[in-house]
Amino acid sequence: METKKEYKIKKISDYIWEVPKEGDMKVPLRIYASEKLLKKIKEDGSIEQGVNVATLPGIQGKSIMLADAHRGYGASIGGVAGIDAENGFISPGMTGFDINCGVRLLTTNLEHNEVEEKIQLLLDSLFQNVPAGVGGKSIFKLTKEELDEVLNKGVDWAVEKGYAIKEDKEHCEEFGRLKQASSSKISDKAKDRGKHQLGTLGAGNHFLEIQIVNKIFDKGIAETFGIKKLGQVVIMVHTGSRGLGHQVCSDYLRRIEKEHQDIVNKLPDKDLAYAKAGTETANDYFKAMCAAANFAWVNRQIITHQIRRSFKELFPNSELKLVYDVCHNIVKEEEYEIDGKKKKLFIHRKGATRAFGPGREEIPKDYIHIGQPIIIPGSMGTASYVLIGTEKAREETFCSTVHGAGRNLSRHKALEKFRGEKIRDDLEKRHIYLRAKSWKGVAEEAPLAYKDIDEVVKVSHEVGIGNLVVRLVPLACVKG
Amino acid sequence: MKFKFLEHTADAKMQAFGATLEEAFSNAALGMFNVMLDTSKIKQVKKHLFTIKSENEESLLYDFLEHLLFLIDSEGFLLSEVLELTIIRKKALTLVVRVIGDNHTNQDVHSYIKAVTYSEMFIRKEKGKYVIQLVFDI
Repeated sequence: METKKEYKIKKISDYIWEVPKEGDMKVPLRIYASEKLLKKIKEDGSIEQGVNVATLPGIQGKSIMLADAHRGYGASIGGVAGIDAENGFISPGMTGFDINCGVRLLTTNLEHNEVEEKIQLLLDSLFQNVPAGVGGKSIFKLTKEELDEVLNKGVDWAVEKGYAIKEDKEHCEEFGRLKQASSSKISDKAKDRGKHQLGTLGAGNHFLEIQIVNKIFDKGIAETFGIKKLGQVVIMVHTGSRGLGHQVCSDYLRRIEKEHQDIVNKLPDKDLAYAKAGTETANDYFKAMCAAANFAWVNRQIITHQIRRSFKELFPNSELKLVYDVCHNIVKEEEYEIDGKKKKLFIHRKGATRAFGPGREEIPKDYIHIGQPIIIPGSMGTASYVLIGTEKAREETFCSTVHGAGRNLSRHKALEKFRGEKIRDDLEKRHIYLRAKSWKGVAEEAPLAYKDIDEVVKVSHEVGIGNLVVRLVPLACVKG
Repeated sequence: MKFKFLEHTADAKMQAFGATLEEAFSNAALGMFNVMLDTSKIKQVKKHLFTIKSENEESLLYDFLEHLLFLIDSEGFLLSEVLELTIIRKKALTLVVRVIGDNHTNQDVHSYIKAVTYSEMFIRKEKGKYVIQLVFDI
């Protein structure tokens, strides 16, 4: 078992807790959780990781852990840190290995019953068109030049090639392209890992899910997102930058370790390794991270293209529209007011979703008056949510909110406890249909291995850092 | 015992053992693949030989395992056994390794390791035996 340090935790309100600044901490740690979720967070030693982040030079305001926080490497998952972009640093480990792991939601003009009637055929088609699992190979053979274009242009490349429509691009965070991206900052090794993986789902907690609108909390906002009524069918895709992104993170962690042993040796945890802002290493990492993020958007876009093909085969009049595409492992340069002064910060969101309120020009034109959609994927067989960003999130959490349910039980224990085929049968009794590459993988991802998503999003709503709009429940799921 | 798995909520934590550092490294590789699938079911048909150079033991372990992850994505290679592993100690450390396995087709790969991490990593000599601890990001 991990040895856990005990921390004094002060209650600020029903959903906000604080570890006050002490010792090496430069700022306090704030935890946004219900009492029940805080209890879970305390168990796995992740608070120590949030405290470690609070000791780093250049951290502003507070170290943040959200309701879905759990133990990660270096920084916890479900963590947010705003670091001075001029005198602070940028950290690959605090961004995460799966750069721009994210989620997108598509609406359809179809209803529950008509899709359930053809669900097996639809799953067959999706399972064939969207490669899943370890080694699931892309339908594309990209040349080196084409891969560079994907990395540099993001979804713009997909629009050029006919894999995306203009509206898709407009409904992605950053419009599907981080302009600072430079493919030249990505190693050949990373490119070799990614070149067969464009348009593939991968494994683990990544999925493609057909869902049904189950509850509408805010009718007006839901309608603006194209979610019109209960029983409407929507589609959710959860995946990231695959091996390419993982290699980019690894490459830069190792480069920092080699170039800046002085910094790394002083850190409480090597995975917190950072490059000082303004250095060549920091700039190179940022450009590489942006390129990997672009790759992830194109990955989700190609999957979308394939989903549309599958739907057209079975439902010729179907229309699939992208509501939004969010990142939940990323570092962004954003501006905030700190002690009355405007400051540029590197906002590290590692398992956290941006939650911009209304009026921000980064939000698509058709949503700018209401705020940014936040897509929260559940785990297999459980609910998912759409929330809306708020002005309050700027004051509380550097415009951030939760990203998912977060695990409750280790994979190891889940494998002992559950059987994939049994989970499939149980889900089918509830009219939830499953296709997977590995039944053991399904057991590892058992619904009961995750925290209660309803409780997690309730915290965001109660604190006001992401308000409830729609609750979605699964009809069918494709897993790696 | 070659390796054992430990409790970790979200990722995979393990320890690997060996009478020598080389044996512990080999068992760490085997353990890593057993997080993803049952390696006893992998045929021995494809060989890879490679060399890794690193500044210290921990980074050598990191780079070695990371290269094996790279081979999964780039070549579809899944490891069955480490045939030979040598560590040469000069100013830097050099690891030369020969591994055997198969490509991923028809294997039940139940989870996928995204990356090797330094989190909770140690390489220790306890009672004359090498113990390696690792956490993988899944």
